[in-house]
Amino acid sequence: MAANFPLGLILLFPALGVVFNLFLGPRTSRGTVNAVGAGVIGAAFVAGAIAFLRLLAMPAGAALVSTLWPWIEAGSFRIDVALRFDALTAVMVLVVSGVGTLIHIYSAGYMAEDEDYARFFTYMNLFVLSMLTLVLADNLLLMFVGWEGVGLCSYLLIAFWYTNPQFAYNGRKAFIVNRIGDAGFVLGILTLVSVLASHGVWTLNFMDLRAHINLVGPAMATVIGILLFVGATGKSAQIPLYVWLPDAMVGPTPVSALIHAATMVTAGVYMIARLHFLYDLGPDAMEVVAIVGTVTSFFAATIAITQPDIKRVLAYSTISQLGYMFMAVGVGAFSAGIFHLMTHAFFKALLFLCAGSVIHGMSGEQDMNKMGGLARKMPITCATMWIATLAITAIPPFAGFFSKDLILSGAYTSGHFALWLIGLITAGLTGLYMFRLIFMTFHGISRVEPERAHHLHESPSSMTIPLIALAALSVVGGWVGLPEGVLWGNVFSHFLSGSVGVFKPSLEVSEFMLSTLSLVFALSGLAIAYLFYIKYPGLPTVLAWRVRAFYQLLLEKYYIDQIYDTMVSRPLFFIAQYVLFRGIDHYTIDGLVDATGITMEVGGDAARRIETGNVQHYALVYLLGAVAIAAFYLYLVLR
Amino acid sequence: MAPPSYFMGLSAILFCIGVAGVMLRRNVIIIFMSIELMLNAVNLAFVALGRAWGSVDGQAIVFFVMTVAAAEAAVGLGIILAIFRNRATINADEFNLMRW
Repeated sequence: MAANFPLGLILLFPALGVVFNLFLGPRTSRGTVNAVGAGVIGAAFVAGAIAFLRLLAMPAGAALVSTLWPWIEAGSFRIDVALRFDALTAVMVLVVSGVGTLIHIYSAGYMAEDEDYARFFTYMNLFVLSMLTLVLADNLLLMFVGWEGVGLCSYLLIAFWYTNPQFAYNGRKAFIVNRIGDAGFVLGILTLVSVLASHGVWTLNFMDLRAHINLVGPAMATVIGILLFVGATGKSAQIPLYVWLPDAMVGPTPVSALIHAATMVTAGVYMIARLHFLYDLGPDAMEVVAIVGTVTSFFAATIAITQPDIKRVLAYSTISQLGYMFMAVGVGAFSAGIFHLMTHAFFKALLFLCAGSVIHGMSGEQDMNKMGGLARKMPITCATMWIATLAITAIPPFAGFFSKDLILSGAYTSGHFALWLIGLITAGLTGLYMFRLIFMTFHGISRVEPERAHHLHESPSSMTIPLIALAALSVVGGWVGLPEGVLWGNVFSHFLSGSVGVFKPSLEVSEFMLSTLSLVFALSGLAIAYLFYIKYPGLPTVLAWRVRAFYQLLLEKYYIDQIYDTMVSRPLFFIAQYVLFRGIDHYTIDGLVDATGITMEVGGDAARRIETGNVQHYALVYLLGAVAIAAFYLYLVLR
Repeated sequence: MAPPSYFMGLSAILFCIGVAGVMLRRNVIIIFMSIELMLNAVNLAFVALGRAWGSVDGQAIVFFVMTVAAAEAAVGLGIILAIFRNRATINADEFNLMRW
């Protein structure tokens, strides 16, 4: 059943924000732009919350729908610009607009000294608009519009300070890597359409797809699933297309928070949860998703341990946490994946905003080797960052504990022991790198340069209030997914069951055992970090020296960027420069054009020699012509 | 009364002399006179054939030709005079400014 709600309102507010900030923003005051920029996202959140309350009043599995206008009609193929608000969308809309609002409020403080604030808020509003379009779309094509929109906005925002060539390069890198993934996504959509069309079903609407999905055989479902997953690896930064995300942090910090938490990277997880019926049909595709997710999760965590840049650590931690989400959806625990997506949005937004607050207080310094002992100067930032770190390392009762626990138990109970074990080790690594960050930044002796220490200050209230709000969410956000039988149990999974189905474990184990085990790993990560960075601060250097080859490998991120550069970028540049540009464009095509011109020039030069200017020469030609004509008529007469 | 073929022969001879003069001589005045010779060779053919066929058309055309020739002589001599003033020569080989 479906009820009416003007779902278009959720999109209308950010769209108005984009238009206002784009055209009127530069002409109005900074305060107006801040208010409109954050206000429209807040309004979208309110609209989403009202829709959510309507949805709660409806029976499970119901959805709000509204068709805005017909889009494509070709024979029996019809696509509407139509929105659908079910449980999964509700979670996404609330997370995107809710966290988005807090990030926008924070941005008002963070960008207080930037001249280009109107452009900034235009892009930010457009970013949220694209993501809301992505999650509200009721068909794959409209979803793809949002999918491309977030890709564009990430490019615009990563390269926001475009006068720095390195930043502009990183923006292009994000865009191009995303394009590679999107190519897979488009192929997936086209394959899906053509397979269904061969059975006479022309549709891309999620409900119709779900109804007719059995027409797609398991083999084709696997192919389509993997193609769509290629798109997800680009958007959600998984192996092998994760390389853009760590470089994406050159944008303003609120942008990183938006990319990593609310918009963009969660799109891939959402897409797989949305198309869970397709993935259920192709178990091999699910395996691929789970394995890629798990490996990415571990791989990124090992890199995060050695990075000196505070935002880079967080970037790799995002890749690692996204790996967890893919592990969850890959083993069939869709609601656990979305649950982690939600809790991760809270604490990762908080982590980035805290990091932004630190960077703001440190006058732009991002190197943790030049921090330390900031707790006294920035008490609110320090306290909220502690909460976020406890949440991400899955210490109960913070949010991350419940979601990560569900994922790991999902991996175990579905029989993926190897994935579970890697996930467990990654949980320990998470504790290590996150507490390393905390200890290096806020505790121990201060390594702050004197002139920066002089300016060191707590951030303004427009920045700390969102921090406190997100900290509260990072604490309580996980309580909607308590283990079954404890208090109200896992209401989150029940709520989502209508959208993504119920996870069916293949074996029974003691949840308590698994939880304790993952907690032990997380705490041992904490303990090692404490030993290394508080108790014996000299130890990391010694250890790094002992295993310097390995340390160098991690510090250089497994040389993946260099390998891509050598194997992919340089050959492509070479082909583009020497084969396509020099060879084909310059020599072949330009050569043909030039040859035409030269032929005309040489021919004309030869032909004009008959123009001597001597009138008697012309008269001679005239005479010859006259004689020829006379001879011709004479011939006709005498013949 | 001589037959028309005699007149036509004379006309052809005069015309060829005129053509040869235009082609071969370098003096612009002589070239000009040769053109007049060609015109009058044609006039001769016209009147001869007009008379032979008892038609007045031949004579009428000749008057037109003579009128045009008079106008042409005025314009042509004017041009020659102008060229002579500028170049101090009336040698046709020297007049080759409008060349490639």
